[in-house]
Amino acid sequence: MPYLDYAASAPLRPEALAAMLPFLEQPVANPSSQHGPGRAARGAVETAREQVAALVGAAPSQVVFTSGGTEADNLAVKGTVLAREPGARYLVASAVEHHAVLDAAESAVADLGGELTLAPVDQTGRVDLAGLEASLRPGRTALVALMAANNEVGTAQPVAEAAALARRAGAVLLCDAVQAAGTPGLDLDAVGADLVALAAHKLGGPTGVGALVVRQGLDLRPLVHGGGQERGLRSGTLPVAALAGFGAAAAVALPERAAHAPRVARLRGRLLAGLRAAEPALTVNGNPTGGLDQRDGSLGGSLPGLLSVRFPGRRAEDLLLLLDRAGVACSAGSACASGAVTASHVLLAMGRTPSEARETIRFSLGWGSTEADVDDAVDAVGRALAVLPARPSQAAAAHAGGAG
Amino acid sequence: MSGAATFQGDGRPAGPPRVLVSMSGGVDSSVAAALLVEQGCDVTGVHLKLADTPANAMVQGKGCCTVADADDARRVAEVLGIPFYVWDFVEEFQQAVVADFAAEYARGHTPNPCARCNEQVKVVGLLARARALGFDALATGHYARVVDGRLYRAADPAKDQSYVLYMLGPSELAHLRLPVGELTKPEVRAIAARLGLRTAAKPESYDVCFIPDGDTAGWLERRFGRQPGAVVDSAGQVLGSHQGAYRYTVGQRRGLGIAAPTPRYVLRVEPASRQVVVGERSELAVRTVELERASTTDGRGLRAGPARVRLRAHGDEVGCEVVPLGDGRARLDLDEPYGAVAPGQAGVLYDGDLVLGGGTVTAQVHDPVPGG
Repeated sequence: MPYLDYAASAPLRPEALAAMLPFLEQPVANPSSQHGPGRAARGAVETAREQVAALVGAAPSQVVFTSGGTEADNLAVKGTVLAREPGARYLVASAVEHHAVLDAAESAVADLGGELTLAPVDQTGRVDLAGLEASLRPGRTALVALMAANNEVGTAQPVAEAAALARRAGAVLLCDAVQAAGTPGLDLDAVGADLVALAAHKLGGPTGVGALVVRQGLDLRPLVHGGGQERGLRSGTLPVAALAGFGAAAAVALPERAAHAPRVARLRGRLLAGLRAAEPALTVNGNPTGGLDQRDGSLGGSLPGLLSVRFPGRRAEDLLLLLDRAGVACSAGSACASGAVTASHVLLAMGRTPSEARETIRFSLGWGSTEADVDDAVDAVGRALAVLPARPSQAAAAHAGGAG
Repeated sequence: MSGAATFQGDGRPAGPPRVLVSMSGGVDSSVAAALLVEQGCDVTGVHLKLADTPANAMVQGKGCCTVADADDARRVAEVLGIPFYVWDFVEEFQQAVVADFAAEYARGHTPNPCARCNEQVKVVGLLARARALGFDALATGHYARVVDGRLYRAADPAKDQSYVLYMLGPSELAHLRLPVGELTKPEVRAIAARLGLRTAAKPESYDVCFIPDGDTAGWLERRFGRQPGAVVDSAGQVLGSHQGAYRYTVGQRRGLGIAAPTPRYVLRVEPASRQVVVGERSELAVRTVELERASTTDGRGLRAGPARVRLRAHGDEVGCEVVPLGDGRARLDLDEPYGAVAPGQAGVLYDGDLVLGGGTVTAQVHDPVPGG
């Protein structure tokens, strides 16, 4: 069963499972309790904190555990806005940020005043730095959000340059590194981000935990109040087992990074070559295939394991059904609350039409991916394409049913 | 079923019929899926997302296709052990059903959006998509029966939905399965309860699904704005005023805003002059009706002869003589006067339980003055 949907959720690494099991099988105390079992639980949490901090080159004291990447993004955006004076609540985000950032920012300015400006991106999904700079209001912009690499098309962003621009305008920079933290990785000092959002399950840890890495001295207000855990920034009893899994996944991802990046990039190259053979008309979203590096198969400046391709004339919904029936798991660029495939805001921001966006499939590889997975997926795509006749356009199909 | 059932997509050999079942999240389509699974079919569930409904509200409209309905359908599919997908038909639905609904009211017609939806989206459109994906058949939770490729009324006359499926032809009926058409509603609920489906006790949805509050007049007013005009009698005498001709349907009695010694009914809606023509109940009766876009379930075109016709979703049936006029048009000479026929509604022809076909009511000839 080829699983090519690591960007949605990576399978749990065996090391993460092994780290979690003791805390599920045996009684675990509240890590805030002042007794022996409590201290033992706290010890596991702090081990995880060190492992997660190391993944991004941060100090353990900078790590605030959350329920996931979405909560980390919300805490960063809303917590920053709440800490600012009413006249200084302007926000800038790239147009291709995750909805956890965009919707949190829209909600913050709607509830608290201010304004959200979307910085445009080019055809590859890379932010236009001049456009971003022009959006800044020195002294009044509270936060700039720019992800490390996009979750739908994989394009890496110039985070260090954006951080410098943000700093000059007196704003903090939020870098959503949910996709990039494992591979290719992100170093806090090198990019100069003030806030970094992480999620365990994209690394091969469990769902339900993540972290916001916060620069020392940054003024941030909590969204969840209660027992004052996580230095008052995120109350709530810490999930010891899940955090142990998060830490273990980070601890494995860090040393394997150097070998893993070229390995998955080669697999992606093999996948793209196979898909092209099956459908010569396909187009690649993200960094242009003209830049395909024949040595390591990387597309350059993108997540090495992610491939977003458009099959002209084929609905992503139809392809996903046929691939699912063939046992291949992958995804369309974007899904709405009901689960339907919708035209992705990322692809639209990159200049694709809605119908082009709805012809896009995302394949993503990770720690467990093999050549056999890739080859099986290519075979299944070939068979699916043979079933599905290419349609001229969405508009024509809407009326193809005709009257009875 | 004609031909070998092959599903080229996964390279598996021919097996049991592969059926795509449209699951709205209601009890009827849930049970339709369950019955097909029990019959040994290879069943796949699909939920059509027809509108952009807010996802964050716990209190949602009562109409269909909310996120909660998609969740219910998904859960039923999981309990039944079948794959399940949600397909975005928002654009198709907006164009083919919602926009058409508004345009028909603007013409002074009273459309039947469910018939239109079945024709363009839920049955004919979806069946074409299912066939393209290698499915042998499409199944829905409609109450009607398909026997030997012909369409019949449901076994439960109280639930019969054959009226909104009249436009199906032989090429569709050959690949359509309506598993609950043999059952009564209580039987359907009992099956859902026996299988532990969470939709077993779900209430019915009666309203137009894209107008969940049921206020069609308000919905049209938001779309068209107020369009004041006169309420007149059939002699042209002004009796009052109204805020929009689209608020009125032939046969309507309430909300006319006029004082008259005897009840007045809407006889005609004339959008061009913004006039709503009202009269006595006896003036409503029609003797002759014209259909456009007429079709037959056997695909052979309307033939002259006697039939029974239903002119409203829940109305009585009346005997008639069908007179084909060519070009998809037909005249129906009714055996007896029939009250309140609204242009835009479906006119569906029956021979006993067999659905012969039908069309859209386009014109009507009123009965001469009673006793005349």
